[in-house]
Amino acid sequence: MLVPLKWLKEYVKIDVPVEQLAHRLTMTGTKVEGITRLGEGISNVVVGRILEIRPHPNADKLVVCVVDVGKCKLQIVTGAPNVKEGQLVPVALDGATLPGGYRITTTSLRGVESCGMLCSGQELGLTDEDYPGAEVDGILILQEEYPLGMDIREALGLDDHVLEFEITSNRPDCLSVIGIAREASVALNSSFIPPHIEVKPGVGDVNAEAKVLVEDPYLCPRYCARVVKDVKVGPSPRWMQRRLASAGVRPINNIVDITNYVMLEMGQPMHAFDLDKVAGRTIVVRRAREGEKLVTLDDKERLLSSDMLVIADVEKPIGLAGVMGGANTEITDGTKNILLESALFDRGSIRKTAKALGIRSEASLRFEKGLDIHAVRVALDRAAQLIQELGAGTVVEGVIDVCHGSLEKRILEIPWKRVNGLLGLNLSADEMADILNRLEFKVEIKGEYMRIEVPSFRQDIEGVADIAEEVARIYGYNNIPMTLMEGTVSRGRKTRRQKLMDRVKDVLVGTGLYEVVTYSFTSPRVYESLGITDPQLIPKTVRILNPLGEDQSIMRTTLIPSLLEVLSRNRNRGIERCQIFEIGPAFLPKSLPLEDLPEEKPLLTIAEYGPDIDYYDLKGKVEVLLNELGLLAEAEFVPHVHPTFHPGKTALVKLGGKETGILGEIHPKVAENYQLEERVLVAELELDALLDSAKEERRFRPLPKYPAVERDLALVVKKEVLAAQVESCIRELGGQLLEKVELFDVYEGAQIPEGYKSMAYSLSYRASDRTLTDEEVNSLHDNIVKGLEQKLGARLR
Amino acid sequence: MAVGPAGFNPLSLREVSFPTETKMGGTTWLIKPSSHAWAKAFSIYDDIDERREPWMKAELEQIRREAEQALARINNLQDLSSFRVEYLGKKGKLTQILRGMGNLPAEERPQIGQLANQIRAYLEEEIEKKRKVLEEEALNQRLRDEVIDVTMPGRRHYRGKLHPLNIVLNEIKDIFLGMGFEIAEGPEVEWDYYNFEALNIPKNHPARDTQDTFYITENILLRTHTSPTQIRVMERQKPPIKIIVPGRVYRSDAVDATHSPIFHQVEGLVIDRNITMGDLKGVLDVFAKEMFGPQTRTQFRPHHFPFTEPSAEMDVSCTTCGGKGCRVCSYTGWIEILGAGMVHPKVLKHGGIDPEKYSGFAFGMGLDRITNLKYGIDDIRLLFENDIRFLEQF
Repeated sequence: MLVPLKWLKEYVKIDVPVEQLAHRLTMTGTKVEGITRLGEGISNVVVGRILEIRPHPNADKLVVCVVDVGKCKLQIVTGAPNVKEGQLVPVALDGATLPGGYRITTTSLRGVESCGMLCSGQELGLTDEDYPGAEVDGILILQEEYPLGMDIREALGLDDHVLEFEITSNRPDCLSVIGIAREASVALNSSFIPPHIEVKPGVGDVNAEAKVLVEDPYLCPRYCARVVKDVKVGPSPRWMQRRLASAGVRPINNIVDITNYVMLEMGQPMHAFDLDKVAGRTIVVRRAREGEKLVTLDDKERLLSSDMLVIADVEKPIGLAGVMGGANTEITDGTKNILLESALFDRGSIRKTAKALGIRSEASLRFEKGLDIHAVRVALDRAAQLIQELGAGTVVEGVIDVCHGSLEKRILEIPWKRVNGLLGLNLSADEMADILNRLEFKVEIKGEYMRIEVPSFRQDIEGVADIAEEVARIYGYNNIPMTLMEGTVSRGRKTRRQKLMDRVKDVLVGTGLYEVVTYSFTSPRVYESLGITDPQLIPKTVRILNPLGEDQSIMRTTLIPSLLEVLSRNRNRGIERCQIFEIGPAFLPKSLPLEDLPEEKPLLTIAEYGPDIDYYDLKGKVEVLLNELGLLAEAEFVPHVHPTFHPGKTALVKLGGKETGILGEIHPKVAENYQLEERVLVAELELDALLDSAKEERRFRPLPKYPAVERDLALVVKKEVLAAQVESCIRELGGQLLEKVELFDVYEGAQIPEGYKSMAYSLSYRASDRTLTDEEVNSLHDNIVKGLEQKLGARLR
Repeated sequence: MAVGPAGFNPLSLREVSFPTETKMGGTTWLIKPSSHAWAKAFSIYDDIDERREPWMKAELEQIRREAEQALARINNLQDLSSFRVEYLGKKGKLTQILRGMGNLPAEERPQIGQLANQIRAYLEEEIEKKRKVLEEEALNQRLRDEVIDVTMPGRRHYRGKLHPLNIVLNEIKDIFLGMGFEIAEGPEVEWDYYNFEALNIPKNHPARDTQDTFYITENILLRTHTSPTQIRVMERQKPPIKIIVPGRVYRSDAVDATHSPIFHQVEGLVIDRNITMGDLKGVLDVFAKEMFGPQTRTQFRPHHFPFTEPSAEMDVSCTTCGGKGCRVCSYTGWIEILGAGMVHPKVLKHGGIDPEKYSGFAFGMGLDRITNLKYGIDDIRLLFENDIRFLEQF
């Protein structure tokens, strides 16, 4: 909402600088977003008249003008093609400044002295909305008479400030100059000067000129109309155009400008119909018929549906109620008689219609927030008054007022101490009443209660909390003393899960991984990029109805593509090593179409590339994590084939036999889809499976008292035999006394038969209650060797 | 040289061959078997000549002089070790003389024995002194040899980092945990009811405009704020309630330096008997001072949120200029960081809490904005790009 300060000052006495006004308004709840000084940067530019134009002796494209600026006559050279003798123009005098920091001085142009400059609209920072003709190529030609030498800012109405307000949706009354003026009067403790509205007696009788039928009183609680005859359509006066332009509304013609002016001033949207084009001279307020069409003022044909309210005549729709007028009854230069509409429409209906048709008009923005039923009539009179004052037409006597809504005053009974209770204040009832009175509430104190009559423009006030806010904002939020809650002492603590999460992240960071944060929606094409072509393998996804783009239209079911994109971005930027993880949910619909919320299954995903990164590096990281969670002993890594991964370097991660994730090298073709040439390692684990089974309890085990006995074991086995098989076999046979098994070398090549490999283990035996004898160890060790031979066909090397 | 068990071992004596050449300090000493000391030591000469006794004394003195000179010339531990063997070892010069004492007349033995022992003790002491000096020198030499370039880069151990959003979130969590809050969570895909209706934002309410919403179905959406969790917590927990709710939220904003369709909020909710707006201010002021430093000031401005009444926005004194006015705070001295208010009675009712008995306050802040403010990050997109060179800065 843009409000020119001068306009505001008509309705409230303001003695403070504009910055202070803005601050006071902001601190009482009417937030000023910005202050614009019109004509900023313009100085020493005055109105002048071109007395004489002579050719330039040395240049064809320049002319020499003699300009009267009141005090004196100046010789000024210009190249503008549109100057004529007798015109009034803006003249930048010697030493003048223009917007953008330009400075004008007397100078010589091709040998002829020029004591200033004639200005174009653009040079003054103006647009056509500020002044008609401001954007033409050439000098700005003033269209009205002004005293010569007058400051151009004054002449053009640029000696003003425009305040920009952020008006919240609960205060549609402040979408008006009067509403802001009311707030300003309270904020400054100054006086509010309501507009004096008086319509002079008109001619004839409105009921003889037009009729209004409201067929849907629920959607239109009040409809008021006046008729104006013998309208002279033309431009509105400069001051009105100036104010509209400053408030961000384009001036059109006097009739339309008056309706817009009243809307800006009073907050009540209005509309003017060309009455001679209204069939039957009858306004019918009704729901649109399904499939009915209307060309709106913006020349777009709108297809209507039966839940939209239209203004119609006896034949056809002529306007979208509260949203936009119809082109068929638009005010034109030839319009003779008009019907002025001021009405109240149901907020929900207006909003639905505007949304459905994609129109956001100044009118609909106000209606959908809820307006004052009383203001409907007042605004209509204000418009009639302006028509009379501007001589734009002859107002017909009388108002058609179809009112089905309640005009009754709203009364609240509030236990006033509760206001103190909510705010943490200790105000007396009188102090509260005083504040409320200033806000035009009428208050009666009845013991513990306050009887409050809510002003009709305050649709937002419903109960004690709203009254508390009114009191608080005028009393001053910053005057409420700060306290810390009394009452039950609570202990702040993290849940087991939250603590474990911290631990997981801590471990991952400790293994060299950076945490990343990526978008949780993605493209439906990611599965293709991941090499998943089998439709059976493509998961069901949660789709966004109105995504920003196809690329961001589904909720992700895996974090792998997001992380690959991060790797790819880093790689493209020449980063040699990128090791990352993210924890975030996968969104898994229980059924499609979605009838219930999807499962949000948190995943822990790790991805990395770098000079020394391979499968075992990532597996090591996962093992460190599992160990920290007490899960390493029960973890299994089972060879696995998945289209996203390298067929020979991928494992399913199982915990207690249950599948909980995947770990492996990304398939080169998939890596290529992400412009990654190096080996990329990825693991994705179901976080809940880790956290739920984590064993955080730690028990002390006494340190060994007796020495361990070490034995090495070098085996030759078939290549397909897995380390996990060998180890579990060794452990099974070794029993309690086998303390440690460590694979320290794997070798294929010379001295090892084709299809075989050598695996060297270091075994460590220890008993907790005695020193093991050689005989004991030897017999155990031999047993293991025999077992390996039998079960895995292993030979000692 | 291996040292065998102490005691006389005739076998080992017989194995001794001479003459023996011993190198000492570069000088070769030829020890003749005919010399009296040897004769005595090896006891192979049965005919002890009594008159040789004074000669033996002189011999001892001679050994001592020789030894002193030799010792003075020794400059490494290895030579020192050989020296010790030569004089004091089992077959050393002095030892042999002492062995030969058995052939001396009984009355002379103490005299010669004492002298020999004195010399032995003396040499032991000197050797020990010398050894310390040499060891000290050897250590110093080693230390000199081991000098390295301490300015060379260390061997790199990789440690990652948390994302800045979570570093800041952890700080926020700590502050509120310290004030007795717990941490709650809620789903990102949410019912329209929890996201809007229960929060006093009915269908077709203009307040929905300020939160452009991604819809999944007519009734399911991507939550536009963390506030729905307020209702979820109220439904399952009786007051007192003191929670913060960090989480990811979605709004269909196009991406630019200050907008992202995905961002993060931290919601707060306190409900109990007699909770006031003063408490709201107090708690948030503590938060601001903990978060941005004790010099931070706060100011509260009236605002409107459908789910709180009264509602407020909180500004903190500019974290860059301290309130004097700069580019960061648009020369106002203040930076808006959160919205807050007293929980709307309708919202309490929707959560199944009687607004006549209980009151509460709620607040919500943008984690991304606070993170950017704290680190001076000027573009929200950086948070989601995850350039390692960005992540490693925090």
